[in-house]
Amino acid sequence: MNTFPWLTALGVLPLVGSIIVALLPKSRPSLAKQLALLIALATLGLTIAMALQFDGGSAEPFQFTESYSWIPAFGISYSVGVDGIGLVLVALAATLVPVVILAGWNDVEGDSSKGSGSVKGYFALILVLETLMIGVFSATDLFLFYVFFEAMLIPVYFMIGRFGGPQRAYAAVKFLLYSLVGGLLMLAALIGLYVVSANLTGTGTFDYLSLVGLDIDPMTQRLLFAGFFIAFAIKAPLWPFHTWLPDAAAQSKPGTAVLLIGVLDKVGTFGMIRYCLPIFPAASVWYAPVIIAMALIGIFYGAFVALSQQDMKRLFAYSSMSHFGFIALGIFVFTTIGESGSVVYMVAHGLSTAALFLTAGFLMQRRGGSSMLGDYSGVNKAAPVLAGFFLFAALSSLALPGLVSFVGEFMVLLGAFQRYMFVGALATLGIVITAAYVLRVYQKSMTGPLASGLEGMADLKGREIAALVPIALLTLVLGVFPAPILNVINPAVNQLMTTIGATDPPTTLTTSTSAEGTLQ
Amino acid sequence: MTAASMSVQALVGRFATDTPFELPVIDYRLLMPILIILGAGVVSVVIEAFAPRRARRPLQLILVLGSLVAAFIAVVGLAGTQTTTAAGSIAVDGPALVMQGAILVIALLGGLLMAERMVDPSGDAFAPRASALPGSDDERQFAARGYLQTEVWPLFLFAVGGMLLFPASNDLLIMFVALEVMSLPLYLLAGLARRRRLLSQEAAMKYFLLGAFSSAFFLYGAALIYGYAGSVDLPVIAAQLSGKPSESAIVLIGLGMLLVGLLFKIGAVPFHQWTPDVYQGAPTAVTGFMAATVKIAAFGALFRVLYVAFGGMRWDWAPMMWIVAILTMLIGSIIAITQTDIKRMLAYSSIAQAGFILVGLIAASPAGLAGAMFYLIAYGFTTIGAFAVITMVRDGNGEATHLSKWAGLGKKSPLVATLFSVFMLSLAGIPLTSGFIGKFSVFTAAIEAGAGWLVIVAVVASLIAAFFYVRVIVLMFFSEPNDQTATVAIPSVFTTIALAAAATITIVLGIVPQPLIELLANADVFVR
Repeated sequence: MNTFPWLTALGVLPLVGSIIVALLPKSRPSLAKQLALLIALATLGLTIAMALQFDGGSAEPFQFTESYSWIPAFGISYSVGVDGIGLVLVALAATLVPVVILAGWNDVEGDSSKGSGSVKGYFALILVLETLMIGVFSATDLFLFYVFFEAMLIPVYFMIGRFGGPQRAYAAVKFLLYSLVGGLLMLAALIGLYVVSANLTGTGTFDYLSLVGLDIDPMTQRLLFAGFFIAFAIKAPLWPFHTWLPDAAAQSKPGTAVLLIGVLDKVGTFGMIRYCLPIFPAASVWYAPVIIAMALIGIFYGAFVALSQQDMKRLFAYSSMSHFGFIALGIFVFTTIGESGSVVYMVAHGLSTAALFLTAGFLMQRRGGSSMLGDYSGVNKAAPVLAGFFLFAALSSLALPGLVSFVGEFMVLLGAFQRYMFVGALATLGIVITAAYVLRVYQKSMTGPLASGLEGMADLKGREIAALVPIALLTLVLGVFPAPILNVINPAVNQLMTTIGATDPPTTLTTSTSAEGTLQ
Repeated sequence: MTAASMSVQALVGRFATDTPFELPVIDYRLLMPILIILGAGVVSVVIEAFAPRRARRPLQLILVLGSLVAAFIAVVGLAGTQTTTAAGSIAVDGPALVMQGAILVIALLGGLLMAERMVDPSGDAFAPRASALPGSDDERQFAARGYLQTEVWPLFLFAVGGMLLFPASNDLLIMFVALEVMSLPLYLLAGLARRRRLLSQEAAMKYFLLGAFSSAFFLYGAALIYGYAGSVDLPVIAAQLSGKPSESAIVLIGLGMLLVGLLFKIGAVPFHQWTPDVYQGAPTAVTGFMAATVKIAAFGALFRVLYVAFGGMRWDWAPMMWIVAILTMLIGSIIAITQTDIKRMLAYSSIAQAGFILVGLIAASPAGLAGAMFYLIAYGFTTIGAFAVITMVRDGNGEATHLSKWAGLGKKSPLVATLFSVFMLSLAGIPLTSGFIGKFSVFTAAIEAGAGWLVIVAVVASLIAAFFYVRVIVLMFFSEPNDQTATVAIPSVFTTIALAAAATITIVLGIVPQPLIELLANADVFVR
């Protein structure tokens, strides 16, 4: 079975699906949805089948590898493969796509101005995006990664710009221009890296494993690192590159926002782990204090702004920015537990974002699409199931122990403490604010007297529950029993630590913690 | 080394002493592409003069398309040749053949656009009689009678012939002749628009006056170089320069003047002022043809002059070209942002693109040449595709070139708007389009040659440029159509083929560039 091109098949399936969906007649919107869901579920099935074949103890850096020459003149090849980190993120993407399709079943039809033609368009775009997301997490050639990284802009741009709120054009362009700026900086760094590889080895290459071993001089590393890092920091987004996110999130359909924040933005933090650290180890250490400072500012800035937001979608966007601060913090403290924690955090944040945005989306749909917090109160009286899921999502966002977000956050903080006690202590304060704004949203919208206009509000329907249950189950199961993903992530992280030559600082803190046990 | 300098002395001696005149050996097979096109141009004039009115158009079309295809086949047949002919004054080498091939294919698409007679209800894009004064009774009568002219075709063929010769000239005088053979018909073509004739004639006048001025610079520069080197032959000039390391002011002034003439043709800052007016005033099919092919031909000549004749003086011309390239990229990109007319916007965009190609020139390496050739081919097809779309977007007064009329076009005509978006993305250098590979090749070559800072400026300029390309896409797809929105005319098979070919090549070169890269890598050395 090792010869089966798993990752290519995973990428091609949604792509073919999207073409078929796009070619369906306009008069059959429901067929388009059913087909899109079927394809997304088949992709998920294939992902699970692949994940079961993954060998956690393998000494190979990447598994399910394939490599075909593409543009040999520039040392570019179509090379894919995943390590543990790539695998969990591919799995995250494959899990969230069917959920988003199911949850966004009727999101597009409401727009009478668009005609029914756009229904299939929206679902075709989601499937194209799935192909690109799988590609971006599994590329092992930097050029291929870059192509996927940039190509992702197109479907997202159209998903925001064609199917979003009233300010959608503005938001879509802002998103696109920010991303293009980052992308072009990365392009410059990419070309620089190619030239460096040509100077050091004689032939330029974009092959990841060849680039990791290069001994690049520190000054060049710093320049190239900056190109990559800014692109990833815009994507993630970290403070101060974040201003596109609240607009994009506020103007998107809930499903778009889930894919955007839940999966796409992870490409930024994934890129930091996969590319910035191993290829530019010296520069990573050199920049670490600045980045940790940025991460801390992001944690607090995002949280404080979220505390004062009246618009729920913007609030969740700022809260995500705060969470991305935690992820970046875990990456740049260079401890095993911090790196593993960051990856878990990425998965956890993907799940909790999905839960939050989708539940909030269901809520807003019941009140003409308003996302203003002031329009809601006492929802738990009219729609207890919805309120229940909302509470669950909120608790998942504030990292309640027993949920997977807690595992990630705890590990990240532990990693931070190990390296810099002060940073860890400061970041921990961020949790308190998170709890404050998350609970404020719940309290304002769900409790109290029922707001006028919400009388007779329908509770969640079967389809909506079906979309939320898998997320809730995963959040819960992985929260109580994180070993399956930790076992996959840890070998990759250990490999990373060896590559960048980082060692965990000796400390007495870790020996007494439970998380250390799961790390072996 | 000694053998080379011996032969140089022999050559120089030939000019100095009174040896009897020797007839140069001309290998007509090597000149076949040029001869086919110029021959067809002559036949075309004869058709214009003697063929009955009804027969002219079919005859001209068969002649034009047939001769372009035949010349292309002749170019392919010469592949791998690396020699000179006509006493060393014409080079038939890799770069020349590549550029000739590209010019011929793009000219074929340009010819198809000019042959279009469906999109304009009053006939075609050209004035019923160019000699009738705009607004005069004559003009109204000709228009009322529905006159359609075919006089563009001989002009078109002569222009293409000049373009084929321009990048192949290995001698400054032949280069000057080629420059004029190419330019004079273009000046006329620019003034032939059916609509907005005053604008068109103004464009032709400006183009002619400034073009003649810059040609004079070129000629004066060639004279000064001759004064120094005793020859107008590029390899001889190179040998003379390497023989005398101490530079003379006359060489620098002469080179500077040559560059004025060449940089004018590629539209580099500060010789770019004609571009927006000419691009806007000329009939759009002509603009597309000209924008794509003149750039290829003129860059071919510029590369040959700087690499073959002045390669040894790289450290003298490189700083000058750095400044020109930086100014061209930045000014082109920045001013394009402020444009409200799509043709003027593409004119400034073409200025910026010339700056990016200059980055490849500054690399002064075979990789730089190969990268620039890829860029030129990519740019050529993308540009002609973009102008093909502009010919189709119309309102009651002809082409709707004001940007506000493109608002919401994506909703009215999704296919055409999508094609235009592909061209815009390619010009912006987004992956999976030919423009991306072009930029990548050029920037890589420049970094390898140690011009890292220039590439950083180029990346900044690309960012600025991306803004206005993307803005058009935004305008088309994210604005609601209003009563000002233009409509897309249904074109005949001519424009359809040209548009489809341009779009296909733009995408294919972005996804599978390897064959072309390999071809160019085998054709990146000038014969010396």
